[in-house]
Parts: sequence; structure tokens; C-alpha cells
Amino acid sequence: MSSTVAAPGVISLREITKAFPGVVANDRISLDIVSGQVHCLLGENGAGKSTLISILAGIQQPDSGAIEVDGTPTPINSPKAAVDLGIGVVHQHSTLVPSFTVLENLMLGETGLMLGEKRARERLEELADLLGARIDPQALAGDLGLGQQQQVEIAKAMWKGSRLLILDEPTSMLTPQAIEKLAESVAQIKAQGLAVVFITHKLREAYQMGDCVTILRGGRNVGHIGVDQLATFTEAQAQSAILAAMFGEDISTAGAAELAGATEARREVDDLELGTKPIRLELHGVSTRGHGHDVDIQDVSLSVHEGEILGVAGIDGHGQSALAEVIAGQRPAAFGTIRFDGQAITRLGVRGRQQLGLRYVTDDRLHEGTVGGMSVAMNLVLKRIGQAPFWRFGQINRKAVNVEADRLIQEYEIKTPSSATRAGTLSGGNIQKVLLARELTHGARLVVVNKPTYGLDLKTVQHVREILTGFAAEGGSVLLLSTDLDELVELSHRIAVISGGEIVGIVPNDGRGTAERVGQLMTGAIEGTR
Amino acid sequence: MIEETPRWRRVVDALVRSILPVVLALVVAGLIMLAMGSNPIDFYAGVWKYGLTGNNWQDSLRLMAPLMIIALGLIVAFRGQLWNLGYNGTYLLGSVVAAGFGPVLYPVMPGWIVTAILIVGAILIGAIWSILPAVLKARFGTNEIITSLVMSFIAIGVVNLLIKGPMHDPNPKVTAPQTATIPKADLLPVLDSTRVHIGVVIAIVLALVAQFVLSRTSFGVRLDVFGSSPKAAQHVGISRSWMIVLLFCMSGALIALAGSIDVLGNVTYQRANWNPAYGDAVMPFVFLARLSPLAAIPLVAFYSVFANGGINAARSVGLNSDFLLVVVGLILVFMTITEFVGAKRRLGQSYLPPGMRQTVLGLVQRRGTARRAKA
Repeated sequence: MSSTVAAPGVISLREITKAFPGVVANDRISLDIVSGQVHCLLGENGAGKSTLISILAGIQQPDSGAIEVDGTPTPINSPKAAVDLGIGVVHQHSTLVPSFTVLENLMLGETGLMLGEKRARERLEELADLLGARIDPQALAGDLGLGQQQQVEIAKAMWKGSRLLILDEPTSMLTPQAIEKLAESVAQIKAQGLAVVFITHKLREAYQMGDCVTILRGGRNVGHIGVDQLATFTEAQAQSAILAAMFGEDISTAGAAELAGATEARREVDDLELGTKPIRLELHGVSTRGHGHDVDIQDVSLSVHEGEILGVAGIDGHGQSALAEVIAGQRPAAFGTIRFDGQAITRLGVRGRQQLGLRYVTDDRLHEGTVGGMSVAMNLVLKRIGQAPFWRFGQINRKAVNVEADRLIQEYEIKTPSSATRAGTLSGGNIQKVLLARELTHGARLVVVNKPTYGLDLKTVQHVREILTGFAAEGGSVLLLSTDLDELVELSHRIAVISGGEIVGIVPNDGRGTAERVGQLMTGAIEGTR
Repeated sequence: MIEETPRWRRVVDALVRSILPVVLALVVAGLIMLAMGSNPIDFYAGVWKYGLTGNNWQDSLRLMAPLMIIALGLIVAFRGQLWNLGYNGTYLLGSVVAAGFGPVLYPVMPGWIVTAILIVGAILIGAIWSILPAVLKARFGTNEIITSLVMSFIAIGVVNLLIKGPMHDPNPKVTAPQTATIPKADLLPVLDSTRVHIGVVIAIVLALVAQFVLSRTSFGVRLDVFGSSPKAAQHVGISRSWMIVLLFCMSGALIALAGSIDVLGNVTYQRANWNPAYGDAVMPFVFLARLSPLAAIPLVAFYSVFANGGINAARSVGLNSDFLLVVVGLILVFMTITEFVGAKRRLGQSYLPPGMRQTVLGLVQRRGTARRAKA
């Protein structure tokens, strides 16, 4: 079992094409992945990055085109074939079994009859040295922090002696500190002569970590910056070259550079004198109890003022959904009180709070926020089932529903063939607009939004952010839960940090350095509990 | 851009998916009959003759009444993705209420009051019996398939005990374990000069009401939201626990109602160990109807004719009447295949598993190049 392959090996993709109904995900993409280099793959959501990885990992088969390994055409027909070639993938979301130990997780792919635990331990030590990480083989995967989990995932991907490591948006869930750690590991792996494909939609990271950059747009390879060229570029030159490729003629779109994570995030919303504004939502010592595997919130107290956007930062899965649901009324508060415009609403259900103007845009857009099999129109009035004018004497008034739907479709620029189209067939961005339209209409006073721009394309991200800031500017209040620190810094007046279900601090968002302070609170809280 | 399927296309699609499995099942059942040495043409002609011609259509309709109401009971639960499989026990509970108390009450009270009491009693028992699986599911997340099935076994046992014990026919001459017979005068009224009782009308009216409630009222939308995604239902403010209990009770009540109507209109008494298992037979048709009450009417009517005529037809060609269940099973098999192929086609995918196609093509191509190289 050797960890490296004689350099310089090249894995070449030749004219890879893959079409799905209604969309060409990869359109004649060609690129070379050279050992000992970090190849950055840039592109916004829907550009075809994931499909390309699936093809490399043997999960999808290309419709046409070929893959050549060291010059020999080599079909990758199954995930096993990919593993045998030494192609390891670290997916965006954790694939570890939380109740297994690190060692057990790593040995999941073993094919022998008996588990060779001793050998596995040695291999883990080898890889830990390579990654420059300390990994306890007996720790439960679920107990590790996300940064450490990712190190284990990398070890797992390289377990069978990798020659190519693919990292799919590895930084999207990490704190600034953990990203630095990851960059060190990537540098070490590169030094060992392995090829790394690093997928991201943030320009800064591409420039910092990549040796060469390929930009995908609409399923096509629209730009490549070679090793020599990138080395001679300054950061600004690289940025403009990449942006030009990413957006083509849309380069003039305001804020494109910021959205692509090219520059450091700056606050964009206007100042707000919090003292002069009445409190709209107030949580006092709120805790939840037991709800499956989610993290419960403990003794949370916070307040949101009129016209304020209060950000809640935190690593995914640290109690954000419990917080959002307890405010929306979807799960009961075991302790504490919730007040809305001065009125105690702790005992009120979802529908009661909805009618008071307390709204919730969930992060699970497909299964919780919408009913995919129902029409867009029905989804737009989903929270007003049984209410006039859409239902009269218990009977649906389809005309009223359609009038309301058409109004909202126009106002929120939802792209749909008609209001009768099934919601499940819309793109992620349009589904999010459906949710926002439904929640913000008809007397909304405060909206809880959970990861509102996650997985959306850049134009929709901008649109969604404009909708939220516009809502706040008109006196609405927003509780913005997000894992994207840049987004929180750009939109929020204050940022609360949640960790392990507790609010560990609130940072006013004034001037530079907010992200660092929030990051410190996040890591401080995690190191403290581990 | 998203392509909308035209309306006519969807209608044709739905029709094909509902009818094709039945046709295929009948063809394959014919082949099996041939293999068994019977003439399928004779059999299907017999189904037509004994199911529809003369006065036989009236018996088919009498069979349709309980089948249709059971189908509605299944539709209500299945729409909410609740797999209530306790229908056999619930049905017998409903029927034993009528068969056990009917002979006792009819002599002492006006007939229509007794009929009302028996029907309401059956509905209540059916609803109450279904509460336990519902509460277990709502409170602890227990799998309702298992609990409802086990409750069904208990119900069947209880019904048999009742018929052999307290509900046994008081007439000492009757030694067989069965209840007394309800006098003909007290049975459900029949439509003039036929043997079709009013229960058939009740079943059809219930189906139409169910269709209206499910497609046009706010309750119907709530039920569909709940059925599509319990998470979405919670998000919208529909109580999951309440919905589970309500749907289970409605389902149980309807199925027990079917039992009482079948006894009051058709069977007139009940034997121990009698279990027509109507729910098993009607299940595939509920799915073929896509859980729509309106679409279930013709399909259940078809099965009623098939089952009613099929018993005599099977006998006439020398087959056991259990052969009918073979046909029902075949319908289920072909329904699954049709759905699979339809779904694959809609997604524009190959029918082969991913990777296999390439491997197979690769083999062919390699052999081709090798041959060429030899030449």
C-alpha cells in the first residue's frame, strides 16, 4: 500500500458531456489534472462542478467523452473503479457514521474477511503525519469538531493510497481558523506529489490555494489559468481574469466581485439606533427538550428590534433549527418565555404566530418549506389554508388563489411557466423566492430566515439579500441564521454566535474585524466544550 | 426551461397506467390457465355471463357496496401515508355488531332506529379500535403497519369468540357457530324490483362526498400536505398527532361501516371463521385509482363483476375460485412494473442500472475491434 504514485501522472478529461433532462450539466469539458498540483475548480451553483466530480468518482457515467489516466483511456464505471485508480473524494457533507469511532469509519471500505485493525492503525498514523493532524483513532466521529471531521474524511479518501484527492467545497462549513488549517494540509498533500482538485465558489480561496484555476459556467469550461500564468498574476489580476470568465458580459453586475468572495466582506446595511427602536421579538431563558438528533437550545435570551437584522452565526447543526422552530412555534419551549410586540406568545401555535406577522423561511426548502407535488399557486397560499378569500365555507376558491399567486409571482420575479406548475420542478432559487413571497406578504412583521442563500446562484443570492434588506428598511425585523460569515457581516446590524445550543456572545457589527471576533467566539466555544 | 406536459398527455398517461396492468394481468392469467389445462376464453366468457347478464349484475352491485366503502377507508389513510392494514379485523368488528345485536334488537324496537343504532355502533367500534395504532404511531413513532395488523388479528379472534359465545344463535337446533339471522323484513331496503340494496347507493354517495372533500376543501389540502411531507405539515401548522389519530379513526370507521352494511343488506348472519378479506382484494385497485375516490368507482365495479362472475366461471372451467386472487396478485405485479417503467421514462433514464450499459457496450465494442484486428 503506497501513498503516492510516481509523478508526474496526469488524469485528463476529454470532451466530457453529460446531459440530464432539460439541462446539459457538462458540455464538452476538457481539463488536465496533474500530480503535485492543486487544481481549483471555480463556478457558481449549477455550473456543473458536482456532475464533473460524480463522473470522476464513478457515480455518474458521461454520455460522451473519455477519461485518460497517464495517457491510457480508462473508463471509470463504478465507484470501486475510481477507488482502485486512487481517486478519493471528500464530499461537501459529512459521510462519517457518527456513532462509529474514527478507526471504524476508516475501515468501512475494507474488503477483506477479517478487520485488520493493527494495519489500519498504522495507516492512520501515516496519514495523520501526512496531513499534519492529530486524530484520535478511538474518538467517536460524532464527537469531533467539523474541522477534525474533515481531516478524517480526507484520511478516508486517501485510505487506499490516493493519487487524486477531490475536495468538494471543503471550506463552506469551516471557521476562518479551520480554513487555515485545511490550507496547510492541502499544501502537505501536494508536497507528497498527489494531485488535488479543490472546488470552491470563493475567489480568494482559489487564488490562495490553487496552482491553476479552471472556471466552469453553464456546464462549459469557460476559462483556464495555467500554472505559469497564475504565478505571474497579482491577486487583483487573477481576480479580474476569473471574474471575467465567471460572469462573461455580466461583469458589470454590481457586487459580483463581492458575491464571488473576492473581497473582504463589509457591512452593507444602514446604521440603526437600536435604543430608539421598540423591541419586536424577545426571548427570555428559552430552552427546548428532546427532538430526535437535533441539538436543543439552552437558556437562550435575545431580542430583535424593529427594522433590525440580527444575524446568528454558528457552525451548522449547533441548535439553529431548534432556535428557528421554537420561535416559529413548530416545537414547544420547555422553559422560558417568548414575547412578540410585547405580547406573550409562548403558548401560541404556528398558525397563531403566522397571523400575528411572525414568519419563518426554513432552510429545508424542498421537504419542509414546499410541497413539491403541489402547484406553485397552492404553495404560495400554503400557510393560509382555510382562510378567506381563498376558502369560502370550507370550499376552495381557485380564482382567488390564482389571482394572489400571479400577484406574488410578479412581485417576487418567480420564474415559472405558470402558477399551476408543480413547485418541485422549479429551480432552487425560484423555490426560495416562493418561500420568501409566501412569508413576507400579508402583514409580515418579523421573519426568521435559516440559511436563506445556501446553494443558490449568485444572481438569486443578490436578489434574496435585497429582499431581506428591503424588508428591514421598511421596518420589518429579520432574524438571519446563517453559516456564511461573509453574508452575516454584510447584512446584519448585530451578530449573535450560537454554539452547542447556547448563545455564547453578541457582537455589534461596526467596522472591520467583526468576522474575526465572531470566528473567535465560535472556536473558543468549541475548544472550551471539547 | 421546464417543459409542461400537455393535459391530454397526462390524461392518457393516467389511463394507460390504470388500465394496462389489468389487461396484462388478464392476459398472463389466461396463459396460466392454458398451462393448467383450462380454456381462458371460456373462463372470461363465464365472467361476463355470471357477472353481468340476467340478474347477475345485481349480485355484482351488492358485492360492490362493501368493497367501495372499504376502498374509501383505505384511500383516506393511504393519502396521509398511513398504512392501515387492519382492515380485515375492523371489517369483521363492524359486521359482528350488526349480526350480533341485530337479531336481538329488531324484535323490540322500530326497525329504522335499530338500523341506525347498528350502523352508528359499527362506526364507533371501528374508530375506537383504530385509535390504539394511531396513538402509538403519533406518540412513539411505532410502525403502524405492524400495530394495525396485530390489532386486526386480535379483532378476528374477539369476533370469533363472540360468535361462539354470547352472540351464538339462541335457537338450540343451530349447532354451527353462527349468529341468528336478521329477518328479511328488517334488512336494508332494496331499489324497486331488484335485489340491489340501498347500501350500494350509500357507497356511491360516500365516494362522491369523499371526492369533494379531498379535492375541494381545506381539509383535503391539509391531508395532502400531511401525506406529502409530515415536516411540511408541521411547518404549515398542522398537528401531526391529531392528523394521524383523525385519519386512522376515519379509516377504521369507514371499513367497519362496510362490514355492517354488508351484513344488513346482503349476508344477514355471520359465521365464526368467516373472513372475506375484501380489503386484500381491493388494495391494488385503490392504488390503480391513484387514491382518488372517483377513479376507484369504475375499478371497484370492475372487480365486483370479475369476482362475482369469476366464482362460477372458475367452477365451470374446473378451476378453484382461489384463482381470482392469482389475478389480483398479477395486477399488483404489473402495476409495479408499469410504474417503474413510467417513472424511468419520465426521467428520461435508461432502464438499465448506471454503469451496466457502458460495460455491456464496452464488451461488444472490444469484441468488434478484436475481430477487426484478427482480420
